[in-house]
Amino acid sequence: MDNKNIKEAAVIESGAAAVEDAGSSRRDFLVRSARMTAGVGIAALLGNLGNWALSYAADKEPIKIGVLHSLSGTMAISEVSLRDTVLMAVEEINAKGGVLGRQIKPVVVDPASNWDLFAEKAKQLLLQDKVAVVFGCWTSVSRKSVLPVFEKNNGLLFYPVQYEGEECSRNVFYTGAAVNQQAVPAVEYLMSKEGGGFKKFYLLGTDYVYPRTTNKILRAMLLAKKVPEANIMEEYTPFHHQDYQTIVGKIKKFSAGGGAAVISTINGDSNVPFYKEFANQGLRADDVPIMAFSVAEDELRGMDTTALVGHLAAWNYYQSVETPQNKQFVANFKAYCKKNNLPDGDKRVTDDPIEAAYFGVHVWKQAVEKAGSIEVDSVRKAVYGQKFLAPGGEIVMDAGNHHTHKPVLIGEILKDGQIKVVSRSKGLVKPEPWSEYTSPDKGCDWITHQGTYSKKA
Amino acid sequence: MTRSLVRTGVVLFVLALGLSGSAVAWAAGLDEPGSSVADGGQGSEVEGMKTLVGQLSSEDPAVQQQAVRVLVETGDAATLSRLELVLEEADRATRVAVKPVKALLKNKLNLASDDEAVRRAAAGDLGVSGQRLAAPWLEAAAAKESQYWARYAMEEGAAMLRLADDDPSVRDAAAAKLGELRSQNGLPALKELAQQLSGEASPRESDAPVLAAVSQAIERIEIWSTWAGVFETLFRGVSLSSILLMMSLGLAIVFGLMGVINMAHGELMMVGAYATFMTQELFKAYLPPSMFDAYFLASLPVAFLVAGACGLFLEATVIRFLYGRPLETMLATWGVSLVLIQLARVLFGDLTAVTAPAWLSGGAQVLVGVYLPYNRIFIIGLSIVCVIGIYLTLFRSSLGLRVRAVTQNRNMSACLGIPTRQVDAYTFAFGSGLAGLAGCALTLVGNVEPGLGQNYIVDSFMVVVTGGVGKLAGTIVAALGIGSLNKFLEPSFGAVYGKVFILVLVILFLQRRPSGLFAIKGRHAD
Repeated sequence: MDNKNIKEAAVIESGAAAVEDAGSSRRDFLVRSARMTAGVGIAALLGNLGNWALSYAADKEPIKIGVLHSLSGTMAISEVSLRDTVLMAVEEINAKGGVLGRQIKPVVVDPASNWDLFAEKAKQLLLQDKVAVVFGCWTSVSRKSVLPVFEKNNGLLFYPVQYEGEECSRNVFYTGAAVNQQAVPAVEYLMSKEGGGFKKFYLLGTDYVYPRTTNKILRAMLLAKKVPEANIMEEYTPFHHQDYQTIVGKIKKFSAGGGAAVISTINGDSNVPFYKEFANQGLRADDVPIMAFSVAEDELRGMDTTALVGHLAAWNYYQSVETPQNKQFVANFKAYCKKNNLPDGDKRVTDDPIEAAYFGVHVWKQAVEKAGSIEVDSVRKAVYGQKFLAPGGEIVMDAGNHHTHKPVLIGEILKDGQIKVVSRSKGLVKPEPWSEYTSPDKGCDWITHQGTYSKKA
Repeated sequence: MTRSLVRTGVVLFVLALGLSGSAVAWAAGLDEPGSSVADGGQGSEVEGMKTLVGQLSSEDPAVQQQAVRVLVETGDAATLSRLELVLEEADRATRVAVKPVKALLKNKLNLASDDEAVRRAAAGDLGVSGQRLAAPWLEAAAAKESQYWARYAMEEGAAMLRLADDDPSVRDAAAAKLGELRSQNGLPALKELAQQLSGEASPRESDAPVLAAVSQAIERIEIWSTWAGVFETLFRGVSLSSILLMMSLGLAIVFGLMGVINMAHGELMMVGAYATFMTQELFKAYLPPSMFDAYFLASLPVAFLVAGACGLFLEATVIRFLYGRPLETMLATWGVSLVLIQLARVLFGDLTAVTAPAWLSGGAQVLVGVYLPYNRIFIIGLSIVCVIGIYLTLFRSSLGLRVRAVTQNRNMSACLGIPTRQVDAYTFAFGSGLAGLAGCALTLVGNVEPGLGQNYIVDSFMVVVTGGVGKLAGTIVAALGIGSLNKFLEPSFGAVYGKVFILVLVILFLQRRPSGLFAIKGRHAD
């Protein structure tokens, strides 16, 4: 046994010697080659110095950015406005001399409301067009579909729509609201004395991930606030549901005796039949208000609003927000739509996702200027803590969780399709991708942790 | 300034500053030469109002109650406007404190409004406000009220407020009254009271009759609400059936009688919906606003004719060449449907809305807890008219005779001198026109958008196939059956599973009876 050990030791020793041997010669080689490369490099540098003035112009070739919004299909109704907004922001930046002295060149693609196509187009933008950043997506399912593409290729996506949270990607910046910046404060408002002191809540939504997750969080929150289980109803309808007779009948029964409100996460074309039925069955906004999270000015634009007047909405921005920069923003947007002959021209309106898409572009621009490069990793670091005076007021990008600090505004729908602010949060609300009610032990941080982490540990 | 105050969050501080703020604003008002002269007499009243508002937000409940009493008991329209004047300048905390009082005063005034709906709404609001001092007003108003449902709301509101009275005999009477009224709104309050009374450790002597009255009232209300529920479910079933029937009638003719699988049928409905929209826009643009509500009646024939013309064109250009080739017809009409959708999107965009005329908005309360929307009643009526119209056309007119002859035996009809091609074209146009009419009716319940037809086409085919291809009576029965079953299942299964369940049932049914409810019996020339 001893014998064997000695043998082994000898083998190791000789091996080590061999390594050292090879090492010394390799070091030599490295040093020599480094010198040579440096020499060649310096020579090349010197040689090229004269050409620098010329090549400077070539270096100023435009920065490409991707715009990934559906321009056809069912989501086009909402997403086309976001494309217009991004292009307008780009035009503004270019008019002021661009970023790092370079112009921005948008590459617009159409994923046609088809989530497989979203992933495909994202890949094309990142690998083929080699864009520096992508602004896009609306539905949660489209975001989930492009997520692996961005994470695999280290791309950068600015996502401008409120969403259900429970996500913490290194490659996405969320400029829309997390659940604690929209749904939770909206329900807190309804429960408050000022909001009417509602005690019963009917959670009604379209059957997919956003309403289900939001309602899961809201239910946990209501239970935590000692609302009895019997005072919470939860119901879902399929996409394109048209017949709301039974559901409105249920709401009527549920709301008898007062103190009940509807929390609506109904999406898309089901809203009109729902509100119409609601009004026609004799329910009034004063008695049973509907608090909606998916109805904004842009959707109200063509709707017959008579049935919606007096109902509520929760967002972080409205066209009616009274700030000087917002007046300018609204005027600019209308002028931009008119100038480019976009449908409806200067009758277009702004809303929350439009504002979020707009400041997303500017936040990226500021981050690029701070980082001095368009390289994704350095831009990402520069986005943390970035501030921008958005149309709705100053917003701050979180220092680590990729979301945005925003104000929360509760609004009332008016006859002209505008929304009047009835309540405003004190200052900015810190975004929590993981809700304290459903995932109290989880957090999201890309500075001190690697994304989602467990708070217990 | 207000916002920064709110941020401090110190309530007292806010209050004090808010009051001084309103005082400053008042002083500013005095500086205006016009207002000070004209409102010279009002000045002291506004000053008094401010004192009252100050007392309303007082910390001392006695002072607060006194202020509420003074304000509300003596209040009139002028008080309300003065109150609003003062509040305009007040800060948010004051506004919140005064809001319920303002609502109380406003509702009190609204009880005497000329508008029946306003009176009803005011009575409803007062009923749930919990302010006991409103009960006598409601009773006084109810005594004067002539309209049945407004009086009902007032009596209900008064009884709900009396239910919280300290005197057991008053509570007893209130509970009995609520039971008599079958008040749905009173039910939660009654249940709470019952729980409270039965849960008390040492029940007082005087509570026993109240408890008995309350439980009796609860029972009466619950029995009534079950029946009201049954009635409403029936109505909803009939209403959904009428919509299904409207959609399938055209298809029953095109698919059932002619054997053409028209995938563009839904898009013909969309054409009808857009025809309605265009009629509305024309009325808006060229006719006085007083005529506006008549647009919907005008749009019915317009939708029928426009969609019929589209059908005629479609038949002449596409379907004519594909008779007897169902697969090609299906693909070609599907292509046509895509073209039509895109065309609508290009022409009208995604955002169009038909405003229901005033006479079709809202609804009628027929019984306690049963509220029937006018638009649904109208669609039920329209579907009945359509069925009668189709019956008369097919069985009482010479065109109908030819249609039936051609569908039964094309060659024989041709031999007898019937221009079969022409009859085909008319039949198709008639079916398309019915689809247009359905589209027009759908604008009352849903929205107008290019994809409208896609939402309904599956349901229409389901109805026609279940009913039995080629039989109109089958279509009617199937529409009624599917609609009612859907509404019967939905309350317990939810909208998603209700629909799944219906589809499963239809599949199982078609396994047993592949030719549908009403199969064509005997020799069928095909």
